[in-house]
Formats: sequence, C-alpha cells, structure tokens
Amino acid sequence: MSLQAHALGQDRGDRRLFDGLDFSLQPGEALWVRGTNGAGKTSLLRLLCGLSRPQRGEVRWEGRTLPEAGEAFRADLAWCGHGQGLKDDLGALDNLVAAAAIAGRPCSSEQALAALAAIGLGGALAYRPVRLLSQGQRKRAALARLFLADPPRLWVLDEPLSALDAASTVQLQAHLDAHLARGGLLVCTTHQPLALRSPRLRTLDLDGDDPAPWRPH
Amino acid sequence: MAPALSALLRREGQLALRRRGELLTPLCFFALVVGLFPLGIGPEAALLRTVAPGVLWVAALLASLLALPRLFESDHADGTLEHLLLAPQPLATLVAAKVAAHWLLCGLPLVLLAPLLGLQFGLPGDVLATLCASLLLGTPVLSLLGALAASLTLGTRGGSVLLALLMLPLCVPVLVFGAGAVQAQAQGQDPTAHLQLLGALQAAGWALAPWGSAAALRLSLD
Repeated sequence: MSLQAHALGQDRGDRRLFDGLDFSLQPGEALWVRGTNGAGKTSLLRLLCGLSRPQRGEVRWEGRTLPEAGEAFRADLAWCGHGQGLKDDLGALDNLVAAAAIAGRPCSSEQALAALAAIGLGGALAYRPVRLLSQGQRKRAALARLFLADPPRLWVLDEPLSALDAASTVQLQAHLDAHLARGGLLVCTTHQPLALRSPRLRTLDLDGDDPAPWRPH
Repeated sequence: MAPALSALLRREGQLALRRRGELLTPLCFFALVVGLFPLGIGPEAALLRTVAPGVLWVAALLASLLALPRLFESDHADGTLEHLLLAPQPLATLVAAKVAAHWLLCGLPLVLLAPLLGLQFGLPGDVLATLCASLLLGTPVLSLLGALAASLTLGTRGGSVLLALLMLPLCVPVLVFGAGAVQAQAQGQDPTAHLQLLGALQAAGWALAPWGSAAALRLSLD
C-alpha cells in the first residue's frame, strides 16, 4: 500500500505551479506540503486524490495509476478540502451519518455521536444546524469523519488546522499521530507549524519562485 | 452501494423538508400559469378543452425547469459534490439517486396536481387519467435531461439561462408525445403508442443521462 507521484507537473494559466514532482509515501508516513498562498498546495492535493487529472506525470496507488485504481482507491481515501462538504441546514450528526454512508462506510447514530463527542461537538451541538455553528465548530464537524471507527487508510487534508482553537489543534495532531501509528498515510497542508511526533514526517516545499524540480526532504 | 444511495435520498429529503418554500415554488408556478389561460382565452369550453393538453404540458415543463439550476449548485458550493466524486460508488449511480430524489420532490407533486388543474378545463375522467399517465412517464425524462444540462452548466455565469437554452430543445420529444397522448385520448383515439414512446424515452434517459451527467461533473470540478 503506497501512494506514489511520478514526474508530477501542473500549470495554472501560463504559470508553472510545480513540475517533476517525485515522491513515494509508505504506510505510517506523512507528507506535509508547505508553501505560500497560491503555490499550488491545494492543486497538488486535488491531484493526489483524483479530483483533477495531472497535466504531466501520474499518481499511483498500490502501483496502479489513479483513474484505473478507481473504486479501490476511493474506498481507502478520506478527503477534507476547503469546501467542507457540510449541508448548512442539517445538524452535524445528520451530516456525518450521511457522509459516512456515501463514503461507503455506513455508521450508526451512536457511532457518529461518539465521533462528534470525541471532537468536542457532543450533546446539543450535534443536532444544531451547521449554519448556526462557528467556523471552528464547522471545521470540527467536517473533521469528525476521521474520528469514526474504521477510518480510511489515506487521509488527504487541506488546511485541517485552520480555524481550530489551540486545544483542538493539539487533539487533532494527536489523532493524526495515532493514525500514522496504525499504519495510515497522511498528506496535509497547514500554515501553522505541524507538531507530529511521528519520525516519518516528510515535508515538501512548494515555492513558486524555484524552477528546479522539487523533491521532499 | 444500497446504504450510500439510501443515505443520499434521505439527505435530499431532509434538506427539502428544511426548505419547504423551494418545493412549493414550482407547484405554485404550475397552478398560476395554468390558471391564467382560461382567464386569457375566455370561457369557451370547447376551445379550452382543445388547448388543455398543450397548456398543461408546457406549464409542467416550465415548472420542472424552475428547480433544476439548484440540482448540483448547492452541492458544488458546499463541497459535498467533491465527496460524491470521491465516493467508492460509481458517480453515475449517485447522480441517478439525486435525479430520483429530485423527481420525487419536484416532479411527482406536479403529476399529482395536474388532474386538479385539468378540471378547470373541463377535461373528462379518462383524459385526466391519460394526462397523469403521460406526466408520470414524461416528467422523469425532464429531470434526467435537466440533470445533464445542470451538470454541463455548473459553475458557469448565467448558468440558469444557458441551462434553459440547452434543455428546452431536448425536451421537444417529451412534450410532443406527452401532449400528443392527452390529445389522442381527448379525440377518442388510443394513446398507447404515445405513452410507450414516452416510456422508451424514460428508459433511454435512465440508461444514458446519469453517465453523461457524471462525466460533465468530473470535468467541471477538474
């Protein structure tokens, strides 16, 4: 089980976001994508989860390129993007139950409530329409998918720490560590420093001014 | 796959219940447009009976067009569309479930309201039954074509106008056979052929439109 990028390249308009990107992510490893605003972090993450097709190069999951890896890949994937995938008129609980079932991992209301309680949205908050929640609480409602039992193995998270308070940030990082310790894979971007205890945290700097091919270090 | 499809249907139902106004808009539009014709044409019973099939069908077509731009728009805006694309189920089946939900919430009420409005035009019972049958077979095709047009125009500026321009020509066969069936029954002929053609259109629609719509959605998010 591994996620590999081979000579990955993407342009936006006439500007080259990145090119010749090579890396391989093994179980238990995390890739932290860093870069300024507009450096192409989100574009890279969308490529890695198959939402867009690379202009150059390819992404492989367990040796198969992404379109062919298809359903097996998507069953192993958890994606949290800028669009949080929450329905404003529904509560966090209804959102979570529906999202889990659509993602092919149906859960009971009790399991969903437990996951929400774990991320600090227990009690009445779980039933309140999401549009009445604060930004940080909405973020937690979106991240609650990762707190369900039996989560997917590959987590691709775009700015998971934004809008979270200090305590939630610590808690989420501990959860990410636990995921890696179980042999999960993680790709994420943050603007905040990422304090994972995992020794297998690798960083990838996307810096729009550097024309050389980038490799993780 | 079944839990995912039923979860999607349930979520669409829950959302519709939270926004009842959006459900009522097409129905009110349908009733108003149909109600205006007798006022405009005058109370000549024979003339009203003649134009009724066409009026009812055109009004149903326009009413079902009203709710279509929202079919994927809110999913696109809040990011749930990305999660549908990344679900392990084939996207086309999820799109089909969304179309089914849309028809149950927007199309079926039109079908149920139609005979009531048909009474205004003095249509006899057998013609009303044919009207219902033709709408029952035809409105899902409108939802399917609408899903195709809505996914093609997703994220474009002025998308709803473009959607209408794209979709209305495609709806012509549905309108011709649908109104034709009611007309035939009113003239004492057998409407079966028209209804069978509508059924064939619906079968073809279920087989083809979700795939096309899924491909268009993938492109629009790329």
